[in-house]
Amino acid sequence: MSTLTDLTIAGARAALEKRECSARELAEAHIAAAEGARHLNAFVAETFDLAMNQADASDKRLAAGEAGLLEGMPLAIKDLYCTKGVHSAACSHILDGFKPPYESTVTANLWREGAVMLGKANMDEFAMGSANVTSYYGNVTNPWQRQGDNKPLVPGGSSGGSAAAVAARIALAATGTDTGGSIRQPAAFCGLVGLKPTYGRCSRWGIIAFASSLDQAGPLTRSVEDAALMLQVMASYDAKDSTSVDVPVPDYSAALSGEVKGLRVGVPAEYRLDGMPEEIEELWRRGIDWYKDAGAEIVDITLPHTKYSLPTYYIVAPAECSSNLARYDGVRYGLREEDGDLTQMYERTRAKGFGAEVQRRIMIGTYVLSAGYYDAYYLKAQKLRTLIARDFQQAWEKVDVVLTPTAPSAAFAIGEKMDDPIAMYLNDVFTVPASMAGLPGISVPAGLSSEGLPLGLQLIGQPFDEARMLNAARFMEIAANFTAQPGGGAA
Amino acid sequence: MAIDKATVLRVAKLARIEVADEATDGLADELNAIMTWVEQLSEVDTEGVEPMTSVVDVTPPLRSDTVDAVAPRDDLLVNAPESEDGFFVVPKVVE
Repeated sequence: MSTLTDLTIAGARAALEKRECSARELAEAHIAAAEGARHLNAFVAETFDLAMNQADASDKRLAAGEAGLLEGMPLAIKDLYCTKGVHSAACSHILDGFKPPYESTVTANLWREGAVMLGKANMDEFAMGSANVTSYYGNVTNPWQRQGDNKPLVPGGSSGGSAAAVAARIALAATGTDTGGSIRQPAAFCGLVGLKPTYGRCSRWGIIAFASSLDQAGPLTRSVEDAALMLQVMASYDAKDSTSVDVPVPDYSAALSGEVKGLRVGVPAEYRLDGMPEEIEELWRRGIDWYKDAGAEIVDITLPHTKYSLPTYYIVAPAECSSNLARYDGVRYGLREEDGDLTQMYERTRAKGFGAEVQRRIMIGTYVLSAGYYDAYYLKAQKLRTLIARDFQQAWEKVDVVLTPTAPSAAFAIGEKMDDPIAMYLNDVFTVPASMAGLPGISVPAGLSSEGLPLGLQLIGQPFDEARMLNAARFMEIAANFTAQPGGGAA
Repeated sequence: MAIDKATVLRVAKLARIEVADEATDGLADELNAIMTWVEQLSEVDTEGVEPMTSVVDVTPPLRSDTVDAVAPRDDLLVNAPESEDGFFVVPKVVE
């Protein structure tokens, strides 16, 4: 049965079609794998009974020739997605016991195409974090370890449980969300493909809000082809999300020729950071050479406001979070601290229900939006955001995609970077600019660090041009030929 | 622009988060470190730059003004810490 968990989505679909296995067997194999890997803490709620019911329904549809695009595919769903009648808590104490009476649009799209839910994946509380260490349900352990060192490593964040589940072969693929890098950075840390679509490509309806002008749903997978399949189903126009964009969803799989001759690949000077590890530079150079050797045109570009992206993000995102998280007041759902008058109930519920990082960001957001500071901080940040987006718009006159590293380091140990919020924030230095500009980005595993840990390279694409970005990623996947697996194995 | 203890308490009050007195100094230090770091934005000349209002270039869609319930009332009340007769219950606010 173990081989069933090593399949990609594309491989599992073929196996089901040829009747080499049933959806039930596929679900059973993944449930067994999940039970054997509980020490990773990838799931905060297991839905194995539901998975078996969904798998049996899939087998019926397969037999009737009515299979959907993701028929029988066992997935991990980030705890940020509302799933009807199932634990959906954003990994926060304040949403204790919350079971939504509705389904998010993205997960509804997945179930409509036959996908199977194994459980809700661990994550940083309200998606605020880069190491999955702020979850109320505890840390997630990365299935990867440094060579000759068994110190537990972080899987990245905030979609850390999603990444660990897919890397550990517990789930065939997972949903994540990306506000400043929360899909791409954990994908890089766990040796996976992680795709953040253009803002507006996937509906945010039913996804618990963190920073609404940045939040976007996307997949974590073990191949670019799988990322294309997942996006195909997750993407849709949705009238229930006023920022959802009504443009057709192209056939992403059809775009994956892997041919990049003539593709204009931008290399931004500003992503060369002082003190960046040599092996990250080296990997980036190797990536550039792959494209060059395949006949792509390498274009040096400048994105002058890159260095301001992260501080801009840490005004805009906290401001939006302070507003979005005002709804957690102990009245309509989740935790309530019964004590004193109404205001005291609010204050004590929120003090007890939110973790330290969430409280910190709510307070920063409240501060930058408060009277007397709005212009100096929030308005200034929104102007910077215009400049950051303009940098990219100018680059698109010369290039089709931009190639950068995904993260400034490989996965680090649990407990590192915990004392200094800014050191933690710097994890997202390469992913935040595309988020600020609403652009699609994808991380592809491209090599190993000297310690044997996966490293990713990022491609940033033009708005709603995921197809071309995915094809460029498919090329890189072939060129990198990344076959390493956690635990020292190879595919 | 240092954030002092009084500012921490004012912001905490606005955010409706109870902060213990002994935690205010530590919080002031943390918030100061972050605000000092974002201060670098002031070196950018943004004179005449429009603040971003939407990251994608689309006209917000309009919909017909019709009532559409996300879920039945009783289903929504199931998650409430306390409810009665179809209402959410809160501590008494009017004497």
